[in-house]
Amino acid sequence: MLRFLGRRLVLAALTIAAMSVVIFVLLRVVPGNIVDLIFQSAGLVDPSEKQRLVHELLLDRPIAFQYAQWASAFVHGDLGKSYRYGLPAWQIIRPRIPITVELAILALTISIAVGVPTGVVGATRQNTWLDYGLRIFSLAGLSLPAFWLGMIIILVLVRTLGWIPSMLYIAPTVDLRAHLLQFAFPALSAGYRSAALINRITRSSMLEVLREDYVRTGRAKGLTSSAVVYRHALKNALLPVITVIGTEFAFLIGGLIVTETVFNLPGVARFLVEAILWRDYPVVQNLVMFIAIVVVLSNLAVDALYARLDPRVRYA
Amino acid sequence: MRAIAGRFLRRHPLGAVAGVIMGLVVLAAIAATMVATQDPTRTDAAQTFLPPGPRHWLGTDHLGRDIYSRIVYGARVSLAVGLTTSALGGIMGGVVGLVSGYGRGVAAASIQPVLDIMQGFPLLVLALVLTAALGPSLPTVIVAIAVPFIPRVARVVRATTLAIRETTYVEAALALGASGLRVVVRHIVPNTLASLIVLTTAQVGSAILVEAALSFLGLGVPEPYPSWGRMLSVSAAEFAQRAPWVVFFPGAAISVVVFASNLFGDSLRDFFDPRLRI
Repeated sequence: MLRFLGRRLVLAALTIAAMSVVIFVLLRVVPGNIVDLIFQSAGLVDPSEKQRLVHELLLDRPIAFQYAQWASAFVHGDLGKSYRYGLPAWQIIRPRIPITVELAILALTISIAVGVPTGVVGATRQNTWLDYGLRIFSLAGLSLPAFWLGMIIILVLVRTLGWIPSMLYIAPTVDLRAHLLQFAFPALSAGYRSAALINRITRSSMLEVLREDYVRTGRAKGLTSSAVVYRHALKNALLPVITVIGTEFAFLIGGLIVTETVFNLPGVARFLVEAILWRDYPVVQNLVMFIAIVVVLSNLAVDALYARLDPRVRYA
Repeated sequence: MRAIAGRFLRRHPLGAVAGVIMGLVVLAAIAATMVATQDPTRTDAAQTFLPPGPRHWLGTDHLGRDIYSRIVYGARVSLAVGLTTSALGGIMGGVVGLVSGYGRGVAAASIQPVLDIMQGFPLLVLALVLTAALGPSLPTVIVAIAVPFIPRVARVVRATTLAIRETTYVEAALALGASGLRVVVRHIVPNTLASLIVLTTAQVGSAILVEAALSFLGLGVPEPYPSWGRMLSVSAAEFAQRAPWVVFFPGAAISVVVFASNLFGDSLRDFFDPRLRI
């Protein structure tokens, strides 16, 4: 197990290193001069400032040196400076992290809580009206744009309950109920897609497992239907579901970007879009790198969990 | 071909309906000048926020533009992005998958880790970075959505190629003196086509969703092109309470087309390869 984890850890480190090169190069192929863009969007006018900016961004040095400096600063926790705010990027990002993390955890919890049971029901009642209904529900989840779903949710809430989502972030310490209410609907709209995917994978995986010999043996020896389904079949069917939950985490981040924007939540994902729109490139570069690391680490966690649950994986 | 279509219709009637919906949307997009009732870019200060009615079937927006006509023209952008990115990503991913699966040497071996890295990245974030780097425009959006699709296709094509490379009929062809290129073209490519068609069809829906999200965030296809995502942009959300039709219809258009594309893709997958059924 330790050897397996060690191998995965090395691979994850290599992946992160390679991603950093890709991100760095991508943001250096910007058409036009990055300094001009920052210069304009930061509202600077003095030409001498431009020279200062070139020097500050190390653009007068070789590209390999620029990369080495950035990577070293990043490793030491220096996320650069936001040209929009004139502040260290970390100062702006830090208060936003708990918001995005909470939203991601809530959305993932909802998607698992909805996706797994509905997938099991769909498989055990295959080709019944309930199954057809659930399949439409899951296909719809993969088809509705998350931001539109969010808009419709807000629209319905305002029209029916007269509830207007707060324009300002409500901390849990200030008003827990209002805080949960503020997060519940964004989590629902961001989690629906993942719930749909988890539902589909659980259903197909369960259908496969329910045809196995040991399930028939279980039934033959007189186990109750729920014992066969939940204790024997589901345990084995969950392995591919865990893989999907891992990869879904990456997609969820994409969903959070639009959801935070629709629901006006000041999270990291929304800040990334703002930084792109303001062409605050140093922040964009560091935030994307940050997201890449989170995704790689979540994949690593899934690998470890997978190996823990399935011995065939760690001895392969 | 007709026999295959007939069998598909009998086995997957819902999939066939979805295919027809897709076909109708494509036709409407091509014949937008005839299908639309108004100029989609014409503004009219006296006609803002009109509810759906006989003159404006789906109402008007904050600038008095006809929403129905904008949706018809917007289909061009969504479909252009959906179909082009799928085709582009499918072809490039197919070639990369073939090379990494059949080729030998350092180049072929180094492809796989690069693909793994690309695949581990959130699609929308990668698209955002690319649009940030290249600036929002139609070609940029197409590249930004097609590039992340390449590793997904390449992985599947590579797996099929690796399996077929080891079959006895490929061995026999090589023993008879067939060149590597001939083996790839005659034996491997036809075997990968079914999964390639399924993957690229399913991608159309995802591409439309990503384009809509990019446009919604203001990083998609710029004005004056009417695009479904842009019609739902952040500013449109502000008018939603006053005129719900401004956000309802473009979102419904996206949902219906993506739903049809997903359903059609699912049915195609079941039709070509029942083992992949989920």
